[in-house]
Amino acid sequence: MDFIAKIFAMAIAAIFVQNFVLARFLGLCPYIGVSKKLDSALGMGMAVIFVMTMASTFTWLIQTYLLIPLKLEFLQTIAFILTIASLVQLVEMVIQKIAPALYKALGVFLPLITTNCAVLGVAILNINENYNFIEAILNGLFAGLGFTLVLVLMAGIRERLERAELPHSMKGMPIAMIVAGSMALAFLGFSGLKI
Amino acid sequence: MLIYAIITLGALGLIYGLGLAFASRKFHVEIDPKIDKINAVLPQANCGACGYPGCSAYAEAIVEKGAEINLCAPGGEQVVNDVAKIMGIEASASDKKIALIHCQSGGKNNTFFRYDYQGIATCKAAVLVTNGPNLCNYGCVFQNDCIEACHFDAIYLDENGMRIIDKDKCTGCGACVEACPRNLIELVPYKQRVHILCSSHDKGVEAKKRCGNKTACIGCGICVKKCPKDAIKLEDNLAIIDYTKCINCGICADVCPTSAIFDPLKEVRAKKKAEAKKKAEAAKKKIAEQKAAEKNPNK
Repeated sequence: MDFIAKIFAMAIAAIFVQNFVLARFLGLCPYIGVSKKLDSALGMGMAVIFVMTMASTFTWLIQTYLLIPLKLEFLQTIAFILTIASLVQLVEMVIQKIAPALYKALGVFLPLITTNCAVLGVAILNINENYNFIEAILNGLFAGLGFTLVLVLMAGIRERLERAELPHSMKGMPIAMIVAGSMALAFLGFSGLKI
Repeated sequence: MLIYAIITLGALGLIYGLGLAFASRKFHVEIDPKIDKINAVLPQANCGACGYPGCSAYAEAIVEKGAEINLCAPGGEQVVNDVAKIMGIEASASDKKIALIHCQSGGKNNTFFRYDYQGIATCKAAVLVTNGPNLCNYGCVFQNDCIEACHFDAIYLDENGMRIIDKDKCTGCGACVEACPRNLIELVPYKQRVHILCSSHDKGVEAKKRCGNKTACIGCGICVKKCPKDAIKLEDNLAIIDYTKCINCGICADVCPTSAIFDPLKEVRAKKKAEAKKKAEAAKKKIAEQKAAEKNPNK
């Protein structure tokens, strides 16, 4: 029971309170870049969930069984980036072979995730927070869910903004920035939440 | 310490590299090299004129589903020939088509308006408000849906606010055709010179009264009778040219009482005709003078 409560608290924290995009400000590039259409936002979100979970798993293993025993913690960043990049490449190949339809739907987003700092962020945070193996995997999953939630919300708002009558100077990027700021403010409302 | 770091990172890289190499072998997907080759010759405008989501999708469709190779409008003949070479089949170039706006209301400065439209700045919204702001129910409403839809900056405004299509920039992708809520835009053969520039189905007097330029088609049917190839037919008070039959003779443009039919050579022909008439009259006069001189040699 205690464990379940802890997991639940972790989920709330990762998805809402410490949302990767709106509270930690990680992964802003896809947040602005891929939030123009609801479909692609959802596709990107799914890909990120998958990669974050996988990356959490592998980076935790590498940190615990390779870097710490050899006292090479300072290699953390580069080793993690290497892992994430290879992982994304592998995932891309596997998806292309096994599910060509999904591969087409995700398109360019898959390789883009390699450079998504939110993925590296979740891997490093897992280590800093001293999570155990299961917790690290779940944290990766929840972080991905939080990212997807925000991305989909943003895409929904921006789809409606396309049809809104805006002053010319506000069209496109300026209003997207304002919306992003407002959303961050709204998510700040979760910050008092403690379970 | 340093040695460990180098070895560890090197080993990690090596393992990942080997893993990926192995995976790429194992999960190898056969892709026809022709697809990449065709994709390379396509213009990469991703305009969708071919009916596929993008250039790469079209390349795939050609190779795998046997799609027609002459569907790429922006690429023109060049691309058709290149693709034919790659596929090893005969080129069958489609006639280049460009867009044409079937309205010559004379632009925003000349058109008659029922009211001043100040709503959402798109044609689609404008036509919803009591059938559009302009008096003619079929004409251009002067928002910029077509210009915004154009991928190639081929539509511009003239000094009167009329939308003009740049014949050389237009690639015939058809994006503007879909954008126009009044269906004023049509893809026509590039070689075609004579066009009916009116879309009004109103009855003759009404149509003329409502057109800012007074150049509406009044549905009189003279062009239908005079056309040597039977290429024009009258439908619901509007003459329509069948471009497969038209030979660009321009007779219809000459006989049209309202100048609804446009032919850039019409004035050239009229000038020639006038000159010929003048010459003939001058010749007649000369002959008459000569005859008069012969009659009265004493004078």
